[in-house]
Amino acid sequence: MITFGQIKKAVLVSIWFMFLTFPIMVIRVNPVEHIVEWRWKNMLLVGVGSFILSFVWHYFIRRKELGAQKAELGEWAEAIPLAQRIRSKKTLYKPALVAAGIFALAFPFIFSLYQTNIMASALIYVMLGLGLNIVVGLAGLLDLGYVAFYAVGAYAYALLNYHFGLSFWMVLPIGAALGATFGILLGFPVLRLRGDYLAIVTLGFGEIIRIILENWNEFSFGPSGIANIPRPSLFGIDLSVHNATIYIYYIMIGLCLLTIFVVNRLQDSRIGRAWIALREDETACQAMGIDKTKTKLTAFALGAMWAGMSGVVFAAKTTFVNPASFTIWESIIILCIVVLGGMGSILGVIAGALVLILMPEYLRALSEFRMLAFGILLVVMMVFRPGGLIPNVRRTYKFEGVANDEKS
Amino acid sequence: MDYFLGLFLGGLTRGSIYALIALGYTMVYGIIELINFAHGEIYMIGAFTALIVISVLTLMGMNTIAILVIAGVIAVVYSSAYGYTLEKIAYKPLRAAPRLSALISAIGMSLFLQNYVLLAQTSDFLPFPNLVPDFEFMEPYAHIIGSAEIVILITTAIVMILLTILIKFTNIGKAMRAASQDKTMALLVGINVNRVISFTFVVGSATAAIGGVLIASHIGMINFYIGFIAGIKAFVAAVLGGIGSIPGAVLGGFVLGWTESFATGYISSDYEDVFAFLFLVLILIFRPQGILGRSDKHKA
Repeated sequence: MITFGQIKKAVLVSIWFMFLTFPIMVIRVNPVEHIVEWRWKNMLLVGVGSFILSFVWHYFIRRKELGAQKAELGEWAEAIPLAQRIRSKKTLYKPALVAAGIFALAFPFIFSLYQTNIMASALIYVMLGLGLNIVVGLAGLLDLGYVAFYAVGAYAYALLNYHFGLSFWMVLPIGAALGATFGILLGFPVLRLRGDYLAIVTLGFGEIIRIILENWNEFSFGPSGIANIPRPSLFGIDLSVHNATIYIYYIMIGLCLLTIFVVNRLQDSRIGRAWIALREDETACQAMGIDKTKTKLTAFALGAMWAGMSGVVFAAKTTFVNPASFTIWESIIILCIVVLGGMGSILGVIAGALVLILMPEYLRALSEFRMLAFGILLVVMMVFRPGGLIPNVRRTYKFEGVANDEKS
Repeated sequence: MDYFLGLFLGGLTRGSIYALIALGYTMVYGIIELINFAHGEIYMIGAFTALIVISVLTLMGMNTIAILVIAGVIAVVYSSAYGYTLEKIAYKPLRAAPRLSALISAIGMSLFLQNYVLLAQTSDFLPFPNLVPDFEFMEPYAHIIGSAEIVILITTAIVMILLTILIKFTNIGKAMRAASQDKTMALLVGINVNRVISFTFVVGSATAAIGGVLIASHIGMINFYIGFIAGIKAFVAAVLGGIGSIPGAVLGGFVLGWTESFATGYISSDYEDVFAFLFLVLILIFRPQGILGRSDKHKA
């Protein structure tokens, strides 16, 4: 199976990478004290690692090409992932749903407060992922400034509470509305752009918001941020830290359910279909009589709305906001969630958020490699599995009966 | 007047660095219509490689000019090698895929390279030695422009001229122009398009490395994050001048350099980065094809 040619290729790849990583991996300089450290062990590591990875890489590339060939010949039956099979079978789907629901409700009583807290954070990302999924997954508009809307929500709660003493429940809809407003504000200038231009402009927008928050001291208290933001209260009763954490967890469960419900309904609605059509072909979509402006703006507004809401919850949960929480990397993590889970697939995004946010929490030892792994993940997912972990399965109609009749 | 002239020349220096990096964006975009998001990281790796080589050679006790030349050459070689490998891993398998996929892959590569340098080296700012000696004949003008800035301007001019010759008058330059017009047709007339694309990445990475070494020696500090902001700004410069157009990238770099220089000099330095982004948004709204770009409805 492994031929001589492949081994030769792998050896060449390995030598190439040892050459490539030599200055950065092996030599470490300390320009202040003028010490040079030689780390030859790293070179060995790179050599062996790239030798093995070269085999894996080429194996998967071959498999992918084989798959593409078979798909062209019509022999390739797309393997339906497990999650989709469970979904399509009613007898399995309902019990699975009930079990997940019971688990989610009982979570704070089974696990410690620490776990509940982490889970609440993960749920915030589920919500952010589902919101971004509307913009990126459904409408196909790559938004790299999504974190700006998250910041808008968080600062909305922090500032409105600081100046006017508004409570969490009052700010939650205000945060959502502000998020949507900013979404439209961003949407207008970028209406004509697509793809890469859109990505850069939204990225710029996100950075502008962060820089303004950092420098406009009179408005946002600068880099030191705003502390002592109250946690949400339950019908006017102030809860202890312990109870408040559990309470926020349940608020997040509720909000996530709301998001899932709304996004699911949106996906099958007229506007959802319009988004998908827009993603596939803008010109054809306009020819079918879809208003491009309106459709794009609703995608931005509805996507940003969820970010605004989760920003409010974030501020209430951490009781502290500062601009450092809203860097471009936060946007990229959210993008990773959507891409890993599967663009356009609700179940995928939920799975993606849970995997990406919970995994680094439980693998603390590897946490410094987290961003490195995210980078690799984005590339590998795009090359080998652009559909994501749980790809979105298109609704299709099959006329099996007709085909059989014709044959006989 | 001196203040104005200082800002003007400062903007010019800054702009020529942006132009050097923007060339890579523009050339790659011209051929495969992809924004090489990781281009800023190539520039950062160039600067880091130069720093490492300089430190090692200084300890060996070589003289300054030799160090300067060797470090520059090695930085260019390594950056080109990174650019080449980057294309093979992250972009080549996605050539037939939707553009969104290639863009996400590019973002992933950018994230990877940053963290690779962060983990293998350090997250601290490292001092970068000033490689350019103070010329004596520059003494009377020192309050307006430094020797390092003169070197940057001259190097940029030389690189631009060489690049123009490469693209206008050589065979590979002709192949590049052909591939950017129509890839299928270029294949039909016997151009190895894959090789042309690789070559474009190599050349683009080399100019980025030159920019990286020059600016690092001028500012005197580097860390793993410098590539990101520089990359974004160079992209703004490329779009400003009209992406895909080489003189456009140079012009865009200068215009952006002046804008930033005057805006920080006369308005406020807190919002330095905001100006670049605002500028980008404004261009894309009012003139999406850029100053020198061709009007092409499919691009914007």
